[in-house]
Amino acid sequence: MTRGQESTAAGIPAGVRALGVAAIVFLTLPLIGLALRTPWDQVSTLLTEPLVLRALRLSLVASLASLALASVLGVPLAWLLARTDFPGRRLVRALAVLPMVLPPVVGGVALLLALGRRGLFGQVLFAATGWALPFTTPGVIVAETFVAMPFLVVTVEAGLRALDPRFEEAAATLGASRWTVLRTVTLPLIAPSLTAGMALCWARALGEFGATITFAGNLPGRTQTMPLAVYLELESNPAAAYLLSILLLVVSIAVLVGMRDRYLGSP
Amino acid sequence: MTDVTGMRPLVLVALVVLTACAAGAETTTGDPTTAASDGAVSGDVTVFAGASLTDAFTELGTAFEDANPGTTVTFNFAGSQQLATQITTDGAPADVFASANQTQMDVVGEAALLAGGPVVFARNRLEISVEPGNPAGIATLDDLGRDGIGVVLAADEVPAGRYAREALDAAGVTVRPVSLETDVRAVLTKVSLGEADAGIVYTSDIAAAEDTVEGVAIPDEDNVIAAYLIATLRDAPSAEAARAFVETVRSEKGQETLDAYGFDTP
Repeated sequence: MTRGQESTAAGIPAGVRALGVAAIVFLTLPLIGLALRTPWDQVSTLLTEPLVLRALRLSLVASLASLALASVLGVPLAWLLARTDFPGRRLVRALAVLPMVLPPVVGGVALLLALGRRGLFGQVLFAATGWALPFTTPGVIVAETFVAMPFLVVTVEAGLRALDPRFEEAAATLGASRWTVLRTVTLPLIAPSLTAGMALCWARALGEFGATITFAGNLPGRTQTMPLAVYLELESNPAAAYLLSILLLVVSIAVLVGMRDRYLGSP
Repeated sequence: MTDVTGMRPLVLVALVVLTACAAGAETTTGDPTTAASDGAVSGDVTVFAGASLTDAFTELGTAFEDANPGTTVTFNFAGSQQLATQITTDGAPADVFASANQTQMDVVGEAALLAGGPVVFARNRLEISVEPGNPAGIATLDDLGRDGIGVVLAADEVPAGRYAREALDAAGVTVRPVSLETDVRAVLTKVSLGEADAGIVYTSDIAAAEDTVEGVAIPDEDNVIAAYLIATLRDAPSAEAARAFVETVRSEKGQETLDAYGFDTP
């Protein structure tokens, strides 16, 4: 194995190697810059600043709520996409994946036009209840879910497709009900995909910026999540912005490490 | 978008005199006024300007390019506080900075990054923007403090946000905004989309928004007059063209354009 890699590396042209090194420098340099500028000696004071605390708390609540929402809705969708063959399935999958490539700010505008107070559906809600999603924490959760759920859907769908259906068929022939099969065979077998999908989804929700600021606005304690606080504090309180950035970076690394089998493991 | 019906000849005469005086006092090198008009300058001018200047400066930029063949003007419109940060922290390669208040111009000034001394080139008034037809029945600043009125303001760091706070504080009105936006145009957008009941913006913004919002005037005694400053930057890649652009803004024609977009003269 080791020998094989060495001989492969020897055959790589110098140009490819140089560009590869350039790529890794390009990807890591900004992180080094951030780490060097972070006022580590002030971390304990900064962490107790109301603005930082409120952003942290809101980000945790909103990203976990959006993970829950995305799981409840996304796993069944992944199931349908993986296991059924209905007309227009490819179109449905394309639509489900679209937010992954859509600029988040466009997602925010679309959400406003659909769910805002004057939006297509939002105005019905507003007329009935006098309440609208924009500028509220539920609005943040909706924006994060919209952007993050596709990551869960595609990961779980891939897991379901890779699953050998004969395990489930065997359980069924032995008399297990559909729910028992789901609970005792399917879910345990796709657990790695489900975990990975949830981790990706949560990380994406935590980092969501464009759709959130467009749809939910910016108010500390209510809709100002960590990324929004980073963006706004960069002008008035750069130290707090750097610290929040580092916290988000640490979370991202933690997610990667948690999924090392998928992204950091040997090929 | 252009609306030149509001031009007032008398004001213009006064304005020409004023700008002539101001230009005489401030201009230190060369004769940029003629440079701007006879097309002697060339190059790319990068102008960082407060979001409220978007429409007026875009037109001024086109006029400048027409008067000076070989020049191109590139704008970066955002909250003045963001622009000041980009210039000071990120070393953005800007030639001209136009700020909607003194504070953000000072941020750049204190970093010793200004070339020409900042001069006031326009003023603006605050106005309440509401949905067309004013369904919430907003008539005064006091109404913004009413329960159930969703008010959007610019964040405190944004010039428009700071002016709005000054006006509200002076009027003794406590407003709990539903959102603090990163520039004044975002405030306008939230109102024009109908997501917020009211926002405090500039008079010029309401003129620019045309029919998508309605303006509710704030009486003089409660109003805050915004002062817009412009300066060339020390590290300007196109220093000469930068000075020419500033002169264009301060010229009679430039002031006419600003007036047409709802700004007041310095």
